[in-house]
Amino acid sequence: MFDNMYVKLIIMACSIYAIRLMPFLFLKKPIKNRWFKSFLYYVPFVTLAVMTFPDMVNACVNPIAGFIVLGVGLVSAWVIGDLFTVAVGCCIAAFITGFIW
Amino acid sequence: MNRVQWFFKGLKNGIPICLGYFAVSFALGISARNIGLDAPQSFFMSFSMVASAGEFAALNLIASGAGVLEMILTCAIVNLRYFLMSCSMTQKLSQDTSFLHRFPLAYCMTDEIFGLSVSVEGFLEPVYTYGITAISVFGWCLGTVLGVLVGNILPDIVTSALGVAMYGMFLAIIIPPARKDRFIAAIVIASMASSYAFSVLPVLKNISSGFRVIILTAVLAGIAAAVKPIEEDDSNGEAA
Repeated sequence: MFDNMYVKLIIMACSIYAIRLMPFLFLKKPIKNRWFKSFLYYVPFVTLAVMTFPDMVNACVNPIAGFIVLGVGLVSAWVIGDLFTVAVGCCIAAFITGFIW
Repeated sequence: MNRVQWFFKGLKNGIPICLGYFAVSFALGISARNIGLDAPQSFFMSFSMVASAGEFAALNLIASGAGVLEMILTCAIVNLRYFLMSCSMTQKLSQDTSFLHRFPLAYCMTDEIFGLSVSVEGFLEPVYTYGITAISVFGWCLGTVLGVLVGNILPDIVTSALGVAMYGMFLAIIIPPARKDRFIAAIVIASMASSYAFSVLPVLKNISSGFRVIILTAVLAGIAAAVKPIEEDDSNGEAA
């Protein structure tokens, strides 16, 4: 049964929904524990950074192209910061480097 | 403003989110196709999860043949920031708001929808969030399905180029706060360095990417919280 794609998707969707729902069910007051609040605050930065590197470089045609694309992403995120612009900028960089090599 | 007006205001304000979601989910659809999902499965995934990094992680888990426990834990960990947003969102609800609104509101918690919803003055009218979500999820699902369908007729060079959109989006979420806060910049650098170490060092490189995310997040965010606890009343905002 676990081999069914929909079963896998449902399991993961339920896990994601549960994470979103729990605070709504149990939290009637603000969180008091400062360490836990801080932990939750730092979670997205670690998670997304770990998922981005080195996988982003490996997703490109070769390491040099990968680092160029990563560089474009870092610089555009630093300077502009807009989600859509950065995503498109990385795509264009990946397309051009893919075309060269 | 009555509820209908709030709903339509949400639809209108959600249009930029819809466009952004379309572009990103198109890339997601291409990734889904590469892993072997068809259009209905991809639609089901995007409609039921509505999570960028979360769905990306979900595809990785499927591709790597992860077990049930790994799937549940990884999805929970990767989407922990939604837990934080939900916590913050509960503080925007009036005591007069029916408890039943909390179930659909939980579904609506994404970075962008949360950000727009909490920006209203005073208490939130949940219908406003439903309006934003309706248009956003429409763009999200449409992009995913088209990514699966049209991705087939696009050349490899284009599909692989679109594939990096997801990473670009991650950078756009973590780099601007890192620019403002040196400690966050240090966390980002340490996370990337650790992730690289886990991908090349013997023994460590055998750990699946899902558990790599869980382990590094628990350890590094835990250390960061102990080293530099956030100021009180700053539990949301940048992380959103």
